[in-house]
Amino acid sequence: MNILELKDVSMLYGQVMALQNISLSVASGEWVAIMGASGSGKTTLMNIVGCMNKATRGTVTLDGENISRLDGRDLTAIRRDKIGLIFQQFHLISYLTAVENVMIAQYYHSMADEQETLRALKRVGLTHRAGHLPRQLSGGEQQRLCIARALINYPRLILADEPTGNLDESNQNTVLDIFHQLHAEGSTIIVVTHSPEVAAHAQRVVSLEFGRLVSDVPAQRFH
Amino acid sequence: MFLRMVLGALTRQKKKLLMMACAMALGISLATAMLNVMLDVGDKINQELKTYGANIIVTPRGASFLADLYGVEDGAGVSDKYLSEAELPNLKTIFWAFNIVDFTPYLDASVSVNGHEEKVPLLGAWFAKHLDIPTGEAVDTGIINMKSWWDIRGSWLKDDDESGVMAGSIFAGKQGIKTGDKLTIFARDNSGKVQTAFLTVRSVFHSGDKEDEGLLAPLALVQGLTGLEGKVRRVEVSALTTPENDLSRRASQNPRSLSRQDWEIWYCTAYVSAIAYQIEEALTDARAKAILQVAESEGKILQKTRLLMLLLTFLSLACSALAISNLVTANVLERSVEIGLLKALGATNASISFALLTEMLIATGIGGVVGYGTGLGLASIIGHSVFGSAVSAKALVIPIAALLVLLVTIGGSLPALRMLLRLRPAEVLHGRQ
Ligand SMILES: Nc1ncnc2c1ncn2[C@@H]1O[C@H](COP(=O)(O)OP(=O)(O)OP(=O)(O)O)[C@@H](O)[C@H]1O
Ligand SMILES: [Mg+2]
Repeated sequence: MNILELKDVSMLYGQVMALQNISLSVASGEWVAIMGASGSGKTTLMNIVGCMNKATRGTVTLDGENISRLDGRDLTAIRRDKIGLIFQQFHLISYLTAVENVMIAQYYHSMADEQETLRALKRVGLTHRAGHLPRQLSGGEQQRLCIARALINYPRLILADEPTGNLDESNQNTVLDIFHQLHAEGSTIIVVTHSPEVAAHAQRVVSLEFGRLVSDVPAQRFH
Repeated sequence: MFLRMVLGALTRQKKKLLMMACAMALGISLATAMLNVMLDVGDKINQELKTYGANIIVTPRGASFLADLYGVEDGAGVSDKYLSEAELPNLKTIFWAFNIVDFTPYLDASVSVNGHEEKVPLLGAWFAKHLDIPTGEAVDTGIINMKSWWDIRGSWLKDDDESGVMAGSIFAGKQGIKTGDKLTIFARDNSGKVQTAFLTVRSVFHSGDKEDEGLLAPLALVQGLTGLEGKVRRVEVSALTTPENDLSRRASQNPRSLSRQDWEIWYCTAYVSAIAYQIEEALTDARAKAILQVAESEGKILQKTRLLMLLLTFLSLACSALAISNLVTANVLERSVEIGLLKALGATNASISFALLTEMLIATGIGGVVGYGTGLGLASIIGHSVFGSAVSAKALVIPIAALLVLLVTIGGSLPALRMLLRLRPAEVLHGRQ
């Protein structure tokens, strides 16, 4: 079953054609990497899939629901219920502790539950850091915290835009290990990356060029 | 979780919130001071204004009221009716004695100065006359209290000064008279004999009224010159009164037309007509008349003062709102990524706005409390320095101040909230750095 289906999706920013007739399906439980040069439209694509923006043309079906015509509130509700977001710049709230940064996602989703949050922190190996503020954490720890936040509401789809872009190799590997674990548990993951090394961990690699989808191949062949 | 979030935000941004609290404290302190003064000192201003002049004039029955009020003087023979100076302490024995703030008798004469042909009015009055009242009390009353706004170059006279005189500013200007000059005064007494007095100008005064054209002397001196010992021509009384209403208007036309019950109510209320009526009872052959224009203009001044205070309150609150508006807008700009993130996590506009407003209301609420305290202090300073009396805190000001804090905070936050609503998470979270 496909969790995500894009048909002829285009995105226009004024005169700039950021995406052009993209068609793409992602099956439930799949791990897809999206690659492409800077400005090729990767983030634009993630924003559309992540319900943060509306495509100019085309249809987007997420978990069986056509979201391409939805607006503000409805998109927010779908994003909250179905999507886990991970950013290159982490975007943690500076005045909240690690555990609170995760709980806040729970709070806006349903109800904050500290015990569950602590279990999520344990999964990413941050139990001992629960009471620390983001600035007291290393880059790798911050990204692991973001992953914990993205997972806390059991999303149908995890979207990560350059999750390892700001990390060194050992931290990158820790994050990839967590992704492998999630993948093994059946999560659907879409990762935007510049690094072929990171992309190689996925099952499929989709390449964009000037807003067009130019290749969609299994990761082995990508090497 | 909501609390933890708000508390976290509060402790992390102490400085900015402190500034917001200060902005609010400033506005609210002024507003509190003005409101308290306005509510509490309304009466005090009224009292202050009452002392700004007489509101009742007492003349001998049968004398022309107009002649006395407008000083249509034609020698000493307009009327040979006088009031008795010895009866004046009775004014402090009437039912509303405590409402009689001050009074002074007058006796006028027409004199020639230094041999000039031209007649100059010479007014005799009490300055600060010490009276022993039949009830056993003592008061000092006279024009020093009643004409407190007069501008005096030099000092007021003493009531027992036998050779002192004050010169009105217009008269002094015309004749080139200054403090210390000696004047020779000729007056005709009631038997027609010319009396001479050698007087020293102790000071020059400016009243802004017709007194400026003549001379002012102690009552006893003028009585001696005119041979009218113990007699006065009119008395000005300054009394605190209750605003007129239907009953008092009916009474002032004819007190006898009232029913017995109405009459009692009227008599025992400090209407100007009731006080005038009681003055007539206390003095023989006296006619007491309220001067309405004075009371009315007092009301107008009071209204204008209130308006000014309201304007000040409004302006200070507007300044607070502007300052707060700037601070919140800067705050939201600075936190745009955080706000974008909360939206990305599924927070609705309403919940983020609510959190922001709560945060701000805590800060401005603290500012409001501090401002309220400061405002009370300010009000009592104003009370003491301007009205010479304490201002008690009015309970009514507390809910008004709270409402103002709420309104100013929400009003000041509107531009920031608009920004917050328009903020799109996609734009701030993938900022091209
Ligand atoms: N809000 C916007 N307004 C106008 N143009 C935009 C906007 N967002 C993106 N673009 C344009 O759309 C194109 C694709 O941008 P996008 O951010 O998707 O690229 P990207 O593949 O994520 O690049 P990078 O690897 O640098 O993150 C670019 O040419 C960009 O300038
Ligand atoms: Mg990008």
